[in-house]
Amino acid sequence: MRNRLLLGAFLAALALGPLVLPEFTITLLNYIGLYAMVALGLVLLTGVGGLTSFGQAAFVGIGAYTTAYLTTVHGVSPWLTLPAALAITAAVALFLGFITLRMGGHYLPLGTIAWGISLYFLFGNVDFLGGYTGITGIPALSLLGLEVKSGREFYYLIWAMLLLLVLTTRNLLDSREGRAIRALKGGSLMAEAMGVNTPRAKIIVFTVAALYACLSGWLYAHLQRFVNPTPFSLSQGIEFLFMVVVGGAGHVWGAILGAGVITILKQWLQDWLPRLLGQSGNFEVIVFGLLMILVLHRAREGLWPLLLRLFPAQATRPRVAEAEPLARRTLPDNGSVLLEVNNATKRFGGLVANDDMSLTVRAGEVMALIGPNGAGKTTMFNAISGISPVSSGEVRFLGERVEGLTARDIARRGMSRTFQHVRLLPAMSVLENVAIGAHLRGRRNFLHAACRTERKEEACLLHEAALQIERCGLAEHMYEAAGSLPLGKQRIVEIARALAADPCLLLLDEPAAGLRYLEKKALGELLRRLRHEGMGILLVEHDMDFVMGLADRVVVMEFGQKLAEGLPEEVQRNPAVLEAYLGGVDEHDGY
Amino acid sequence: MDLQIVLLLGQDGITSGAIYALLALALVLVFAVTRVIFIPQGEFVAFGALTLSSLQAGKLPGTLWLLIGLGAAVAFADISWALRHHKMRRVPLILFYNCGVPILLAGYLLAVSPATLPQPVQVALTLAMVVPIGAMIYRLAYQPIAEASVLMLLIVSVAVHVALIGLGLLFFGAEGSRTTPFTDMSFQIGDAVLQGQTVLVVVASLVLIVALYFYFERTIYGKALRATAMNRTGARLMGISANLAGRLSFMLAALIGAFSGVLIAPITTIYYDSGFLIGLKGFVGAIIGGLASYPIAAAGAILVGLLESFSSFYASAFKEVIVFTLIIPVLLWRSLTSRHVEEEE
Repeated sequence: MRNRLLLGAFLAALALGPLVLPEFTITLLNYIGLYAMVALGLVLLTGVGGLTSFGQAAFVGIGAYTTAYLTTVHGVSPWLTLPAALAITAAVALFLGFITLRMGGHYLPLGTIAWGISLYFLFGNVDFLGGYTGITGIPALSLLGLEVKSGREFYYLIWAMLLLLVLTTRNLLDSREGRAIRALKGGSLMAEAMGVNTPRAKIIVFTVAALYACLSGWLYAHLQRFVNPTPFSLSQGIEFLFMVVVGGAGHVWGAILGAGVITILKQWLQDWLPRLLGQSGNFEVIVFGLLMILVLHRAREGLWPLLLRLFPAQATRPRVAEAEPLARRTLPDNGSVLLEVNNATKRFGGLVANDDMSLTVRAGEVMALIGPNGAGKTTMFNAISGISPVSSGEVRFLGERVEGLTARDIARRGMSRTFQHVRLLPAMSVLENVAIGAHLRGRRNFLHAACRTERKEEACLLHEAALQIERCGLAEHMYEAAGSLPLGKQRIVEIARALAADPCLLLLDEPAAGLRYLEKKALGELLRRLRHEGMGILLVEHDMDFVMGLADRVVVMEFGQKLAEGLPEEVQRNPAVLEAYLGGVDEHDGY
Repeated sequence: MDLQIVLLLGQDGITSGAIYALLALALVLVFAVTRVIFIPQGEFVAFGALTLSSLQAGKLPGTLWLLIGLGAAVAFADISWALRHHKMRRVPLILFYNCGVPILLAGYLLAVSPATLPQPVQVALTLAMVVPIGAMIYRLAYQPIAEASVLMLLIVSVAVHVALIGLGLLFFGAEGSRTTPFTDMSFQIGDAVLQGQTVLVVVASLVLIVALYFYFERTIYGKALRATAMNRTGARLMGISANLAGRLSFMLAALIGAFSGVLIAPITTIYYDSGFLIGLKGFVGAIIGGLASYPIAAAGAILVGLLESFSSFYASAFKEVIVFTLIIPVLLWRSLTSRHVEEEE
């Protein structure tokens, strides 16, 4: 409630500001608003998506130069140049994203540095863009027949657009696609296994960030009424990143805070430093650089979270609304073969991690894959789920060969998994983490999310996530941050997330590790119920009591090979297994 | 275009290519050992060149004050660490290296008139001032967050770069400068003239590359760096300090940078911010080598040098555009041929 009041006060101050503030302050606020738009895109890209770009100023330049050129040379109406500028920006961003985003995370920033530099020199050397002197005489904007000419009038336009962008950005993040984007930071492995097309998600955030920058540039050109290359140089691109890091890369309001702090600080330092040092020059960059290092060392999340600490939010209890259940997949007949692995071999260089492995899993059974540490069980899991494909051999899922498919295509066919090393997004709530599992069960995209026309589907997805959480016995933790749960419970969250995908085959990698006795018993109950419903379960586990009490069949692996296969009691009597695996009972008390 | 121009441009291109190759090697080294993308590499080129030219002009270079300031900050950080860990015996050494040596250097420079010193001594003094700055920057800016993601370290790099640019302006002013040539020899090959200075740059670069090769192959510190580059955790388990490896690699990068600066200072006018573009061209070379392969990075850097010199002949206004657009086909090629394996961040 109090935070609502603060927000209201902020908006009221924004609305009334121009009536009382002097011209100079209005100009400053206009620039803060324009910079904040660019910074907002960077929040999405850097703070949320875990990518970054130093070339945002170049996108601002595209927005400004497109409208400057079209309005002055061809007399096009400014409102028609906006879609043109956005289209050019989108094309460039898609291309740059396509060539850099498939590689390691640092190729995008390096690519954007190079692109920022070459675009700057291009602006400065192309004759029809006016060279380094630039283009003058850009017409003013007119809105509903009124000319938006003065700084005060522009102020309302800039801040209205900025607040609209903040709103749509928040909407976007609080949605199915938003969760997919937020999942990028946790590494693409988990997101892909949940069916998220991670290259697409990365390209979307990069393009959206570029479009925000372009809009800012378009406004800038009509505010200034002239453009030259200087404000679109790489150093300005770096300054945008500073704003975001200082303000708080993970928060939409951090963009506005950062833009404000850096812009005002710059103004102030440009006044004072030359006097202090007795020379003229851009010495504020020294302070910015040091400030940035300090922030990254001491307050990596930026200033916004520090500010929030002064106004702690009251604990509100969100509630998941009732919604229609999602459509479920028809499960294959009980006893039919779901998964068939034939002669699968996986090599890492000279190391053979899986050697000629074969196994089957049927609907309505629990198949346990056991073996000492390093036997190749997790490698087998990764091969089956498409994370790291087999070197030779075949994997059939529901009769179809899937060894060449990506993890997300396999997920789409009804296979879902958990990870041995828990891969949750620690800062997100349990509910949101589990909802990532239901990603493939929704289809509304980010445009729907930005305009909030996907609320019905979103409610269904969250409702489904809540059902799975309750089913796994974690209802009381639903709104807690996933990272605050003990490790054993985090494993159960992983199972709930896998179940939210409505799979017919569930791959569980050591689900009972770290669980207490009663929790283990509850987990066993849950898996029995799933089996009864007709799901196939492939289980890797070290807890022999747990495995032997639950599994219908067991495959034993050692040194990447299959050592034995059969009913639990057969395997337990198998001399080779006893010799190689259970043989050293004395040394292996732990099992 | 006749043969003479081709020879001239080729000469130019290979000279700058040799410098870019040195810088590319330093970038690959630093990235492999510390995962830092060392954007400020170019600033060491400018600092090397401008420090030497300050000495030749008989002025005390600003880098000296930077060395003393950073040394004091490092001493403060290291001593407070030593106090917390009850390692008081280290304090005298920390003080000697970080405060004593810079002050001795300052005392020496104040006592003699640097402009009258023989050129090799000036070069040695320049390196003595600039090279330790590399290790100090690692200690202060990177070591406290050495485990952070590549992205975070990259942002720190950009912050260091920006701060050093500002300091460069403060120390050396906005005017560019050149240093006295090391040699005024020239050779006549057919119609073309081969400048002795050009030969010197190429030969010195080669010597440095060979020296680095022996350093990595034959010395225990070189091997420790290679081990860290191959497997950080493994190297640490073998008792190789990650902090030491980091400081060492930054010191080498600073050495390579400052040395390159000294080499090109007589040929090109260097401004306080010239280093950035020079460093980035080394980067384009390093990226051609995928930030992993030394020979490919060096070859890529030579290619960048040649491309630059030929494009400055045909379309001088678009020289930078052409060089930095080269990165696009390179990235495209790399992204289509390499299968990216996810790193755990």
